[in-house]
Amino acid sequence: MSEPLLSVEGLVVDYQLPRGQLRRALDDVSFNVLAGQTVGLVGESGSGKSTIARAIVGLAPITAGTVTLGGGAAAAPRQSVQMVFQDPYSSLDPTKTIGYSVAEPLRVHHGRELGAQEVRARTEQMLESVGIQASAAKLYPAQFSGGQRQRIAIARALIVKPKLVICDEALSALDLSVQAQIINLLVQLRETHGISYLFISHDLSVVEMLCDEVVVLYRGRIAETGPARAVSNRPRHPYTRGLVAAVPEIDPVARAASRATRERLRKPVAPAPPLEDSCQYRHRCVFATEQCEQSRPALRLTDGPTLVACHRYEEVARDLDEKAESEIPAMTPQS
Amino acid sequence: MSVATPAVLENEADAAASVSAVAPKGILRTIVTSKRGASALVYLVLIFLACELAGVLTSGGPNVQNLLAVNQGPSIHHLLGTDELGRDLLTRILYGGRSSLVGIAEALGALLIISIPLGVIAGYVGGLTDRIITRGADLVMSIPVIIILLAVLAIFGHSMTTAMIAFGVLGSAGVTRVVRSAALAARSEAFIDAAKVIGVRRTDIIFRHVLPQCRGVIVVQAALFAAIALGVQTGLTFLSLGPAPPAPTWGGMVADAVSQFYVAPWQLVPSGVVIALTVIAFGVLGDVVRDAIADSHSAGVAGGRHRVRRRPDSPRAGAAPEGALLAATGLSVAVGADSAQTFLIKEVSLHVGFGEALGIVGESGSGKSITMKAIAGLLPAGVAVTEGAVWFEGTELTTGGADAYRSVRGRGVSIVTQEPMRALDPSYRVGRLLADLVRSLDGCTRAQARECAIELLGRVQILDPEDVAQRYPHEISGGMAQRVAIAMALAGKPRLLIADEPTTALDVTVQAEILDLLRRLQQDTGMALILVSHDLGVVSEICDRVCVMYAGEVVEVAQASELFDQPMHPYTRALMSANPGSWQGGQLSTIPGMVPSPQDWPVGCHFAPRCGYATDACVREPIILRQVTATDQARCVRAEVLSAELSRTPTEVRQ
Repeated sequence: MSEPLLSVEGLVVDYQLPRGQLRRALDDVSFNVLAGQTVGLVGESGSGKSTIARAIVGLAPITAGTVTLGGGAAAAPRQSVQMVFQDPYSSLDPTKTIGYSVAEPLRVHHGRELGAQEVRARTEQMLESVGIQASAAKLYPAQFSGGQRQRIAIARALIVKPKLVICDEALSALDLSVQAQIINLLVQLRETHGISYLFISHDLSVVEMLCDEVVVLYRGRIAETGPARAVSNRPRHPYTRGLVAAVPEIDPVARAASRATRERLRKPVAPAPPLEDSCQYRHRCVFATEQCEQSRPALRLTDGPTLVACHRYEEVARDLDEKAESEIPAMTPQS
Repeated sequence: MSVATPAVLENEADAAASVSAVAPKGILRTIVTSKRGASALVYLVLIFLACELAGVLTSGGPNVQNLLAVNQGPSIHHLLGTDELGRDLLTRILYGGRSSLVGIAEALGALLIISIPLGVIAGYVGGLTDRIITRGADLVMSIPVIIILLAVLAIFGHSMTTAMIAFGVLGSAGVTRVVRSAALAARSEAFIDAAKVIGVRRTDIIFRHVLPQCRGVIVVQAALFAAIALGVQTGLTFLSLGPAPPAPTWGGMVADAVSQFYVAPWQLVPSGVVIALTVIAFGVLGDVVRDAIADSHSAGVAGGRHRVRRRPDSPRAGAAPEGALLAATGLSVAVGADSAQTFLIKEVSLHVGFGEALGIVGESGSGKSITMKAIAGLLPAGVAVTEGAVWFEGTELTTGGADAYRSVRGRGVSIVTQEPMRALDPSYRVGRLLADLVRSLDGCTRAQARECAIELLGRVQILDPEDVAQRYPHEISGGMAQRVAIAMALAGKPRLLIADEPTTALDVTVQAEILDLLRRLQQDTGMALILVSHDLGVVSEICDRVCVMYAGEVVEVAQASELFDQPMHPYTRALMSANPGSWQGGQLSTIPGMVPSPQDWPVGCHFAPRCGYATDACVREPIILRQVTATDQARCVRAEVLSAELSRTPTEVRQ
């Protein structure tokens, strides 16, 4: 297997709180992104998914562990990793024309060897490739809609031909129809430019559609990881199961199944206990035992292609799947 | 679920075709385009030029005496009169203005040279540097300015230049702190992070991205400081601490005039007026720029100052639809004055039956939130219902004014919004908030209200209501806050609950819990529910009937099962196939272009420009919402044809 483009090993990030306290945002997280691959990071707010992105690009302090760029990315790390942010309204400087913003990375990395003429030509070409007219380069961000701004932000990220683009909730602020346009744009650009994405999202259906691999995070630790399809179709960790069952379904049969799963996983809300050397999900898990309290589950192989960090995943799977099967007859109409 | 869409993938570049015409204004443009700003600027430029060209504009120097014409009023020879030595006042004002303006420039220069770099560095770099600079600024601010100035003047032999520079240095402390706050705010903007990720050097980030963000406050502070500096300069010269007589100064002229006040009161007017006008002009400049900054940060509604009136000839919609708890009939909402009205929603009709759950779905710009606000009587200032009516249990609300709504809110209709935290007053405990509300609705005793509050918290499935009641809103999570907000909405036992994007700000898992809760409450209490959302899935979780809105119009209303199974309107279809949840491989279906803004709505079908099936009949005239099947209404002339066609060849069209 080729050397991974991005390798995150045992990453720990602590944030400084007032009065000298520390909050552990990431706790021993490891994963790889291979060339041309799209990896999804999924989890709720506070799960640490954005912290991973910020640690990779140097916006968050790394307490322990390593972030290694391999492949062709190691030579020029600043240029090889670019980022698209969540809010298209605040990620572009309102006082600069979009032509300026899109060209900025090019000027920073190649300003010397490229003339002004060449920078302008490449900027206009990049804008057109994301579906913005080249003549719009002299306009300001305020003159564009959210979807258009996100296209501009993508153009800015891609203009220096990065190997890896981190999309931090890049679709969450967009309307459904615009979101679909941007998804297609990302897919198309992946094919034409051969880039890898690290795709951070809370939306499992988007992740399932866009990603090859997915990493599910809960409270700064990996709960489950594996091929995106396998994780969303056959989740193994109780948290992932809850997450999948929480996605609103239009289809009535799927909706009933999700509701039934949610019902079985329901536990009265309790405040989160300290992480410590125990399972980070124990306070919300209906299957938690003393073992979950006393030791932290390691990531281990399942019967499928996924890895899961749960002491009891076999029993959980047996329990949930059996019940699901036993309920199928009940759902078919009685004669 | 298979939903067909038009083959509309080719023209995505169209998405970028139309851009709005509003460009952000530069500071100079802001000043020039406002009447106040332009007058202030013109005045200052004129004064400056007149003082510079004093030698050309006036004959004789400022110190030429004419003892035959002392203490005169305005005349053809002396436009502003003369002083006690017969010197021409106009000439003296112009020559004296030079030293005043130079003094202002010196003070301002010193101020900006010190405060901009220090402020930006303190704000952007932060940490120890920030602490050192702000503490230093605090120290300087505690020094009594006037004493220092007097000392400086004494040491440097009445040098006004030194005194004004010293004043600028002392004043820089306050401005440094203001600039620091602006830089601090800029530092947390996402585009600064973006610049860091790109690899922009720190100095470049400061000069290109942070400094432009502080430009506005710097201009404001500079203008206000100029006004103060003029006051101080005048004050010092008034006390004869500046250039020795007979050199002309504005302050000195005021002093001379005061000594002659009983003989020639007019003398005080020219110098006094010039000083006052100049101070006011600087102040106005600062105000105009500050207003412009404030405007650009608040999402004000265009034309918000105008009063929108109901059209006198508008049909008042005869009667309430039967069997409906709440109904809107032909409801239109507009913004702007009569001549330039822009509709935000147009002829929206919908109803909710007793105990029914109605979903309203639409993208941003569809008008779903404006519809809800109109129904609840919560439209912002400058936006009003121009046509149609809102009925609640047979009573018309829009013409009844605020009283009609007041009688209905709380007990009849309750509202839950997107941001639960903003609905809760942060200074009271949760239990107190609820109890106060219960008391104002029921007029029961304190103890009863408290019991009631705990019971309400239990009803929204909070595990330990006693504990939560003791907490302040900031001590609970977002999901918990939304539960509390729902509990508050339930306090008046409403017959209708309007939930406007109640789960948009929440995590998926919490969203599912809140939706489950809303569904259960609705079933248990028999209250009706209107759920507004951009998410088809969220609506399908709860609602019996769904109303789809697009560009200010209702485009389809149907039973939820029917709608999601067999959508009639092309927009509903397109929206459903753009949902990643319905993706089945290949490219995701999209809708080309974007939702038009209200002033760009087409005459015919609002969706026609983006619709793959549009024909001439679609663009000619407004399309009406009509009954297509027994249960489904759609605003599409081709609904039957299309639905027959598309259900025959679903795979082909889906691509």
